[in-house]
Amino acid sequence: MENKDSSLKPALPDLEKKLLERIYASETSLRIMHVCGTHERTISKYGLRSVLPQNMEVISGPGCPVCVTPEKDIDIAIALAKSGAAVVTFGDMMRVPGSVESLLDAKSEGADVRMVYSIDDAVSLANKKPELDIVFFGIGFETTVPANAAALLRNTPENFSLLASQKQTPPAVELLARDAEVDAFIAPGHVATIIGTKPFEPLAEKGFPVVVSGFEARDILLGINLLLEQAEKGVSRVDNGYPRVVKAEGNKIALKLMNEVFETSESEWRGIGNIEGSGLVLRREYEEKDASKKHEDLYAASLSEIRAKSDRKDKKRCICAAILTGKAKPSQCPSFGKDCTPKNPTGPCMVSQEGMCYNWFRYSREGGSRFA
Amino acid sequence: MKANTISLEHGAGGEVMQALIGEIILKNFHNKSAGSIGLDSLDDGSTVRLENFNPASELVLTTDSHVITPAFFPDTNIGRLAVSGTINDLTVMGAKPLALTCSVIIPEGFPIHEFEEIIKTMDKTAAEAGVPIITGDTKTMEKTALDSIILNTAGLGITDSPVRDSGLKPGDRLLVTGTIGDHGISLMAHREGFDFDTDLVSDSAPLWKLIEPVLKIKTPEGKPVVTAMKDPTRGGLANALNEMASKSGVGVMLEEDLIPFKPAVTAACEMLGLDPLEVANEGKAVIGVKAGFEEEVLSILKQHPYGRDAALIGEVTAENKGEVILRNRFGGMRYVDVPAGDPIPRVC
Repeated sequence: MENKDSSLKPALPDLEKKLLERIYASETSLRIMHVCGTHERTISKYGLRSVLPQNMEVISGPGCPVCVTPEKDIDIAIALAKSGAAVVTFGDMMRVPGSVESLLDAKSEGADVRMVYSIDDAVSLANKKPELDIVFFGIGFETTVPANAAALLRNTPENFSLLASQKQTPPAVELLARDAEVDAFIAPGHVATIIGTKPFEPLAEKGFPVVVSGFEARDILLGINLLLEQAEKGVSRVDNGYPRVVKAEGNKIALKLMNEVFETSESEWRGIGNIEGSGLVLRREYEEKDASKKHEDLYAASLSEIRAKSDRKDKKRCICAAILTGKAKPSQCPSFGKDCTPKNPTGPCMVSQEGMCYNWFRYSREGGSRFA
Repeated sequence: MKANTISLEHGAGGEVMQALIGEIILKNFHNKSAGSIGLDSLDDGSTVRLENFNPASELVLTTDSHVITPAFFPDTNIGRLAVSGTINDLTVMGAKPLALTCSVIIPEGFPIHEFEEIIKTMDKTAAEAGVPIITGDTKTMEKTALDSIILNTAGLGITDSPVRDSGLKPGDRLLVTGTIGDHGISLMAHREGFDFDTDLVSDSAPLWKLIEPVLKIKTPEGKPVVTAMKDPTRGGLANALNEMASKSGVGVMLEEDLIPFKPAVTAACEMLGLDPLEVANEGKAVIGVKAGFEEEVLSILKQHPYGRDAALIGEVTAENKGEVILRNRFGGMRYVDVPAGDPIPRVC
């Protein structure tokens, strides 16, 4: 891609220009990891990698909630749908392959699978259609969990249950810090809005500069400036680069709701494995709302069928795991852009619009290297 | 009409159907003929008279089927969409629309007053572009087999210099006739019950009267200044420009700050994680214009209510063949790709 000056080009605005100049003035090299799907979208959409200097590398960690949802949870959702329940979930989730197929495949075979925008839509559907067993396949990080908790606290109808595949971010980031080759972290602004900046402090204590960033191009550029400043001074702390939204203590009401309904558990992350303390499951008091338990007998047969098929299946493999952990770039995957594209995704990173492969393919083909 | 809703008999060819055609369709269509035999004749077909026929002219024929849920949306209905869509397909071919057809397939149980509203809207929309609706067909289906109304409109147009979507040349300027993404976002907001507290409505509109004067602008050598045209419907501006770039064998460089968006569209897209460039427009055209004529074309577009927000958005390059690139205000660049499917909001 050539970046020739154009007569149509508008003047450079001051703030982004100043932030970029400051980055260019530094001789420090940083490999920065962000762990948020929306950050990846901001970086790709604004072509930030195309304007950053070579010594400033921004890579993506496991920040896409759809991408890290394990196959086994998708298999349960599919088994439920095939056993007569109506499974409702977010649009992106429908196309992610489980161990054999995706929810969308199950839908085309006649299973009742529907797309909603939030748990509240799923609850209203349950109210409107009492004859259906509505299962909300609730995936996501600390950003979506409070909404799930609030819905359950508002007395959902009897025909409504939740299949929860929920994750907490800090334990995964800490695990990555142990073995990924990363110098600094951009912490997720949406997650920090809920949990605050404190949960990221252990990361800083291990010597990593951390900044919580927002989602405009200037937020990311400011974040990189703050990380550079820490690195140059040889310090590591959690800077709040998104103070217009994020508070150190987070959103206390949301945290209280979350804690009332869910408890911390071990959780499997697709491509990474089990991470201690990274899951959020329903507390015993809410067991009757837990679709995996409530409908256990209903979907057991269908699930064993899927598992039997999955053992026999010769699966296409991509390197999602290495990409999710920052060890490889999408362009290093042999499937990237060839047999794995947004139209025909092999792995979850290419399905979700928050996935790294999706964004690299859509916005910069080769992976956001410099265009000019 | 005695009945309140459509029954299968309304499509059965007998008296009940004749009554529906007479009392709802014929009564509400006003401009119904383009020759000696028109809609009112209820013959097996209608005729189109070609006045002052220039043997170098060509007829352009296009057809489009419309299914949309719900059939009524802010602040119009499927009738406007069906008529505008076909008129716009002719328009972006550079063809003057001569006549339209109107075929409907209606599910039983469909409220007759809504059907009448749709027919009235079609009449009004066609009148805006001065195009008669000269023939049609009515069928009904069981509600278990069809759950929404289907409209098909075919359109016949004429031109002595067809405009292609493959005619872009390096150096050409790219214009849009107004704000981008209005239809898709207003429909999504309406369909899913999002309330953005705005009066964002579909931009569905017939563009012939807006574009007609632009087609008459010629270079001093007598060549048309419009080199290519397309209506960015499904898949949005992203899809339209990619098609134009790859068919023309050129690159496209867009300047993000120049593309007109309504603030409500930008806000909704930010919130939902959608790209307004990938969202459907139903009353916009993207026009390639020879360099040096963009101001003249813009000033003509801006005189028409549908072109008030027309803008120059980028230029055609010899480099990056087949690619559409968007440059933002601080120089960051990215590809604008063909969307994979319907836009889906993000999770968090």
